[in-house]
Amino acid sequence: MPRPGFVHEVDRSTPPVLFWRGENFSLEKLPVGRSRVIYPPEPLPAIKDIDGAIRHALLNPHDQDPLPALLFPGMKLTIAFDDVSLPLPKMRRPDIRQRVIEAVLDLVAAAGVDDVHIIAALGLHRRMHEYELRHALGDRVYDAFHPRGMLYQHDAEDHDNLTIIGTTDHGEVLEINKRAADSDLVIYVNINSVSMDGGWKSITTGLASYRCLSHHHTGETLQNTKSLMGHREHSALHKSIWRLGKVLRDHGPKLFQIESTLNTDMFPEQFSFINKREWEWTAKDRATYLGVTKGLNMLPVKARRKMFHDIQSPHQMTSVQAGETSAVHEITLAKVFEQQLVPVEGQTDILTLGIPFVSPYNPDSVMNPVLVMCMGLGYLFNMYRNKPLVREGGVIIMTHPTYRDFNPVHHPSYIDFFEQVLTDTTDPVVMGQKWEKQYAEDEWYRHLYRTGNAYHGVHPFYAWYWGAHGQQHAGKVIIVGGDAPTVRRLGFTPASTMDDAFEIASDVVGRTPTISHLHVPSLLVADVQ
Amino acid sequence: MSDKRTASVAQLRKVAKVGDAASSALQTVLRPARNLGFPYRRPSRPKGVVMPPEKNTLGSDFDTAWARKAPARAARSVITRGPMAAMVKAIANPEVEGLDRLHDLLEQDPLPAVIFAPNHHSHVDTPLIISVMPTEFRKKLVIAAAADYFFDTRVKGTLSALALNAFPIEREVTTRKSSDELRRLIDTGWSLVIYPEGGRSPDGWGQEFKGGAAYLSGRTGVPVVPVFIDGTGSIYGKGMKRPKPGATKVVFGSPLWPEDGENTRRFNARIEAAVTALGDEALTDFWTARKNAAAGANPKLTGPEYNSWRRQWALAEHRKLGKAGQRRRQRRRWPDLG
Repeated sequence: MPRPGFVHEVDRSTPPVLFWRGENFSLEKLPVGRSRVIYPPEPLPAIKDIDGAIRHALLNPHDQDPLPALLFPGMKLTIAFDDVSLPLPKMRRPDIRQRVIEAVLDLVAAAGVDDVHIIAALGLHRRMHEYELRHALGDRVYDAFHPRGMLYQHDAEDHDNLTIIGTTDHGEVLEINKRAADSDLVIYVNINSVSMDGGWKSITTGLASYRCLSHHHTGETLQNTKSLMGHREHSALHKSIWRLGKVLRDHGPKLFQIESTLNTDMFPEQFSFINKREWEWTAKDRATYLGVTKGLNMLPVKARRKMFHDIQSPHQMTSVQAGETSAVHEITLAKVFEQQLVPVEGQTDILTLGIPFVSPYNPDSVMNPVLVMCMGLGYLFNMYRNKPLVREGGVIIMTHPTYRDFNPVHHPSYIDFFEQVLTDTTDPVVMGQKWEKQYAEDEWYRHLYRTGNAYHGVHPFYAWYWGAHGQQHAGKVIIVGGDAPTVRRLGFTPASTMDDAFEIASDVVGRTPTISHLHVPSLLVADVQ
Repeated sequence: MSDKRTASVAQLRKVAKVGDAASSALQTVLRPARNLGFPYRRPSRPKGVVMPPEKNTLGSDFDTAWARKAPARAARSVITRGPMAAMVKAIANPEVEGLDRLHDLLEQDPLPAVIFAPNHHSHVDTPLIISVMPTEFRKKLVIAAAADYFFDTRVKGTLSALALNAFPIEREVTTRKSSDELRRLIDTGWSLVIYPEGGRSPDGWGQEFKGGAAYLSGRTGVPVVPVFIDGTGSIYGKGMKRPKPGATKVVFGSPLWPEDGENTRRFNARIEAAVTALGDEALTDFWTARKNAAAGANPKLTGPEYNSWRRQWALAEHRKLGKAGQRRRQRRRWPDLG
């Protein structure tokens, strides 16, 4: 029986606590008597018969007819699936998407449906490389569909292949992939790593155009998204997406949503110390930690990065449900929270976060400084329900090397964003008004997004907006161990050590602040009372 | 020139002398032994007595238990990883697909026993499937081999048991003894490769599946993994004098369990259909094969119904589509334009 998550009050006997530092780790001593560490629940057991569970979900959907009853010869069927941003790290083969899509195709073949298109729901993310598509879908699906042009990636800038479904009462235009819009049935295959994903967000962002996304991916909306991972009614982003979802339901194609949840068994056996509580480390864990950290210090950054991005995670499916989008998503959310929720009493003055080597926007790529901000303030800060872990005006301390390093193939517009926009302003609202249009409509970025493997020109803005609420909420943000000029460019304060960071933070929160440390990995959502 | 010839003749004479001396020395040593009688030699048989029948130790009675003990397993591990893998790579150059379908079985602790049921065209099939299957299964694997072919002499039987961990079974009628022994092996965690066709294809097309795999699965509850092997027939098919190196493809299918109330015959038909669909998948792609399977239109492994030269003709066309056809493609030669 896996143990639930818990909050550990740091005392004299508490060993130093593990922090991510990009492509390495460190152990940090937290002040005694006023610090607490929030440990995630242990991974839930995976479903034993995954293929059986998938088949059962397809034949027994929620608020929807069984899938075979929705299929008929001569129909137009579109299957869309989540892109490479999920799950993290990439899971061992066979990927959940492959299993689900193969099971769907079995039923589709039995129904005599020929017109089937499979679309990677990228939104404005980068196109997936062939090896990534093969990893997500398996060689069988790739080899059968890609050469015939029946497997491809969504293009949010291909205006000939986008269509408007309708407009919300707030004036938001829902414009999605034409093939999906014209289909008799759209099946969406989702992986829900965090509670923010899934539901109506799947299609209304994954298959949407820039015009559609620009309604809710704004600095103002994200500043007003007070609960990205928790209650939807406190998230301006989700409210907008749910309005668009209503338009899709009323005026769009028939949908069949398949959502799955994963456990948090994220790292293979050789990194087992990552998932353990420090006082439970065995001699082997300690030796592994020392070997890994010392070894990594001797390696060049590129080699370290490659090593970490090559990790294939053993995490597995804990639930799969299918049917009507809203009904399915509620069950999914319950499952996600069952795995990730940890009750926590009250807020603290300081929140400490170790930033890992990967975020949803740099799989197999570089964690550039903009993504460090996005990961820290956009994702990890938001891993709460009800209230943030840190009080308003408190300090957020992150650990990451924050290199001034970019992947020019995946993140070309990030480079210019860092050099041009961040030197002008770090305010998400101001940069949205002043700079966003220029980047979004830049022909070169558009070309790289459509034909290469680049994120859309506007994507660095969206990554920055993701941290807008955290940026607004925190009185100061400190990065320990980061490249000082780069950290300052982000609008944050650099510190060499954790003690220095606490010293710097004392200007804002006094000499004896209370501290919360979010022990990631694995994933957890702090349910702050 | 003549001096050289004289010298070589002298050398040959010397060699002949040495040979003669060795031969006479050997005869001197052996002479006393030749003169020794019973009990050093076999007893003479008196006329008129009826001898009790000798216990048969060949064929399905060949004892292979020693081949599953630690020393033989260690030796086999070396053989499998070394010469066998090199031989398979050189002769058959395999491409493997569908191993991900075994993921769930591999995740189980302890590893469950599995019955692999491939089609069968060649003696290359067994080393090929052994070398491409996941190591976890290979460590504890028995091959069901025709008792009348692999165990008809002591030397062949010993070599088959050592190198392949072959276990003798009758092709036509599985005796109670070998069936019970196979069940016992499966129950103790040994996986099994059994060719449901019963033997190599006589004409290059497949044969009807016999029910051995389905029967054992029904009795033991372990899954059957259908496997399709393409290309070995034209490398070393039945009747070929020597192997002709080429390319092969091995496609593993999803494990199949007998359903509630499903008899051996029906389960056997399902296994055959699964291998047939994998054959289609190997020659076309996953989606085409699934659609054909749903419509019952996967090309049969047994080939066309007619029985004449057209069957052989169709076989040649069929092979062109598969891995065997790749070898025959001409390398393009670009004209030399100076």
